[in-house]
Amino acid sequence: MNADIRCARLDPEEISRNFSELHTPLTELQAIQESARCLFCHDAPCIEACPTGIDIPGFIRKIASGNITGAAKTILSENIMGNTCGNVCPVEELCEQVCVKNTSEEKPVVIGQLQRYATDFMFERGIQPYEAGPETGKSIAVVGAGPAGLSCAHRLSMFGHSVTIFESRNEPGGLNEYGLAAYKMLDDRAAREVAFILDIGGINMVTGKTLGEDFDLAELRRDYDAVFIGLGQNAVNALGIENEAVDGVYNAVEFIELIRQEDLSTLPVGRQVVVIGGGNTAIDMAVQIKKLGAESVTMVYRRGLDEMGATEYEQQVAQTNGVLIRTHARPHRILTRDDQLNAIEFEYTEKDANGRLTGTGEIFALPVDQLFKAIGQALDATPLDGDEKPETSHGRIKVNECQRSSLPDVWAGGDCTAGKDLTVTAVQDGKIAAISINETLNHG
Amino acid sequence: MADLSCKIAGVSSPNPFWLASAPPTDKRYNVERAFEAGWGGVVWKTLGEDGPPIVNVSSRYGSVDFSGQRMMGFNNIELITDRPLQINLDEITAVKKAWPDRALVVSLMVPCNEQAWKDILKKVEQTGCDGVELNFGCPHGMSERGMGAAVGQVPEYIQEVTEWCKIHTDLPVFVKLTPNISDIRRPARAAFDGGADAVSLINTINSIVSIDLDIMAPTPTVAGKGVHGGYCGPAVKPIALSMVSEIARDPHTRNLPISGIGGIGDWRDAAEYISLGCGSVQVCTAAMRYGFRIIDDLVDGLNNWMDEKGYTTLEDFRGAAIPNVTDWQYLDLNYKTIAAIDQETCIECGLCHITCEDTSHQAISASKDENGKRTYTVIDEECVGCNLCYLVCPVPKCISMNEVDNGLPYLNWTEHPNNPMK
Repeated sequence: MNADIRCARLDPEEISRNFSELHTPLTELQAIQESARCLFCHDAPCIEACPTGIDIPGFIRKIASGNITGAAKTILSENIMGNTCGNVCPVEELCEQVCVKNTSEEKPVVIGQLQRYATDFMFERGIQPYEAGPETGKSIAVVGAGPAGLSCAHRLSMFGHSVTIFESRNEPGGLNEYGLAAYKMLDDRAAREVAFILDIGGINMVTGKTLGEDFDLAELRRDYDAVFIGLGQNAVNALGIENEAVDGVYNAVEFIELIRQEDLSTLPVGRQVVVIGGGNTAIDMAVQIKKLGAESVTMVYRRGLDEMGATEYEQQVAQTNGVLIRTHARPHRILTRDDQLNAIEFEYTEKDANGRLTGTGEIFALPVDQLFKAIGQALDATPLDGDEKPETSHGRIKVNECQRSSLPDVWAGGDCTAGKDLTVTAVQDGKIAAISINETLNHG
Repeated sequence: MADLSCKIAGVSSPNPFWLASAPPTDKRYNVERAFEAGWGGVVWKTLGEDGPPIVNVSSRYGSVDFSGQRMMGFNNIELITDRPLQINLDEITAVKKAWPDRALVVSLMVPCNEQAWKDILKKVEQTGCDGVELNFGCPHGMSERGMGAAVGQVPEYIQEVTEWCKIHTDLPVFVKLTPNISDIRRPARAAFDGGADAVSLINTINSIVSIDLDIMAPTPTVAGKGVHGGYCGPAVKPIALSMVSEIARDPHTRNLPISGIGGIGDWRDAAEYISLGCGSVQVCTAAMRYGFRIIDDLVDGLNNWMDEKGYTTLEDFRGAAIPNVTDWQYLDLNYKTIAAIDQETCIECGLCHITCEDTSHQAISASKDENGKRTYTVIDEECVGCNLCYLVCPVPKCISMNEVDNGLPYLNWTEHPNNPMK
């Protein structure tokens, strides 16, 4: 075997150290001092920048006054996954980017970490502020137990509707459980949050059942008063080049899932690793494979740094972890030796007069033992097939501003619809859909 | 969810948080915004007698900032309302009609003669307001005209004016006390003896918040000159709490309802005032710093804290701290605490050592090992349990004050062998 891929390149203790949390939780002192930095702005830009519209100055003021449970409730009232989002939101391009303290002190209030501080405080005390509303007799099917589906289900339960969630995996949580970088979501944080959400009651969780295989949309529309689809993105984009199926070529999302779920010492790790892509998934992949002991990790992106999906902060995380980021190059050909992955050729790119990306014809090769594809995911809408199918647009389910699809009794949200593919936007989609479903069921 | 509803001197409100008589309660627009935000009541900014309106100056407020935080202390040189009396009366009438469940008390200040008080009371009664508050506290401007603090500093005047008011109205009468006196119990007793239904305290404290060293004049500055103003905000809370406790403990006034005022910015401040017996609390500076939306955390924070403690109504803890406020001579002189430093959380700043060494009892030793690690250790035999190190330590819970079981019985100064007066 030529390709140098093996398990446990580092001893377990070193791996464990490498995967310690990116942000350590704030101490009480830090929370007090940081909350005192918040100016409690009127018409605060951070609220506008939050996809779920959390009253950020309001919750921070509550932390400052010692009303930490109240702070957590303020957060959760808009974003039921506020704990996860405090950890994984790209705050540097959301709330913290627009914090007025950037202007006066060149340093925003650490909103994400304060959000986590408050919600951790509440979770650690086992406080459950929610209960299902008085029963309405209406029932709603939710497809997918990811952030969008869980958020929708929770809000529907608050309204008193009965909800059944169908999840194809064996555990709920979606990308929060399976897709986030392990060093951003330690322990059983995602599972704890899911348990908290389901604890409201009125939500029946059916796992291991897949839309289009075990049941179809027509059945759900027949058996329930409304349907919410939160399928996520169930397919991975392909490079479309020669030898893509050779051993040693992985889909990054699938590998990231393994990192979250498996013993880290059992994962195959290449000596020379290449990650193709420029989004946060590519960063998460590159950083984590480095932490697992890869000798060299090169991330290759076809455009420039400023066009990367990954935020500047994420790029810095990659660079500090020893990932080399190369830009303006696109995959050309995968080379094998003795049917083993051996190298990958890239073609340099540039923009033509119309701003379109084109190859320059110049080729360079990188030796590679393990190759990860992180060039985006897509929605495979086949599971929705049937007599009536919601319309799609640009590969996503088409919805209106209330997350309602072209079918009057079907709503959708999260990564299977258009918008930023973030936990926080999925939560907002689910919330908006639930409000719309409730209004529709109440008033027709 | 606890019940925050409040009743003081016959005046009810859905929560104990009232806006004090001040700029935020000067007109209908502000007051309705406050009620919309959730405030339980307001004391309308002080009305004066009918006639030419009051004239205010330009440049009215001054601030004491501390460590980068604004308005730890705040003062003002504004006078009572400068709007025509009838406009205020009409607006009060309209607001009370629109917000029947909120407390609406009207602050009053007229010259020290019975007819003037009788006249204004008759007019105010027509508004449907819930009570009146006699402003015997304003320390600037009005006091030079024989009103405000000029009355509040003379107990006989307080009693007399209160009596007039009780004769000429059936509305509950709150007497607002000035702290610019030496013993708060005397004006409080005078109010009580005059028949006051409640006292409100404290009004603002005489103050000059700063001198502008470039122009050599106090701030706020009006055309190069300044005057003393009325001091309020977080800095005055300890003074107010002490005065409230004195009235609450005084046998003469112990059943006199109190509306607490002074530096209330969050729910915890309010709970402290209520624990000293206050029925309602009044807020001004915090609202003037952030707007009326602070009511959200005041209500929510008090609610969550009461739930946590198992209190279902304000009465469950109102006055609960009064029995524990005593006189120094009754403190247990055999009680002993000593400091302990948690070496795990110590960040080696050395503040505990240097403050104890220089200014207290030389009870914290300092050492440094070959790696430069500094260790600060309490010398138990020297520690008098003064709290200084505990107070200066920047790390929460790093220094604790622990009770020492010395087996000695309770012994106060009145019984102590060293007391020559025993």
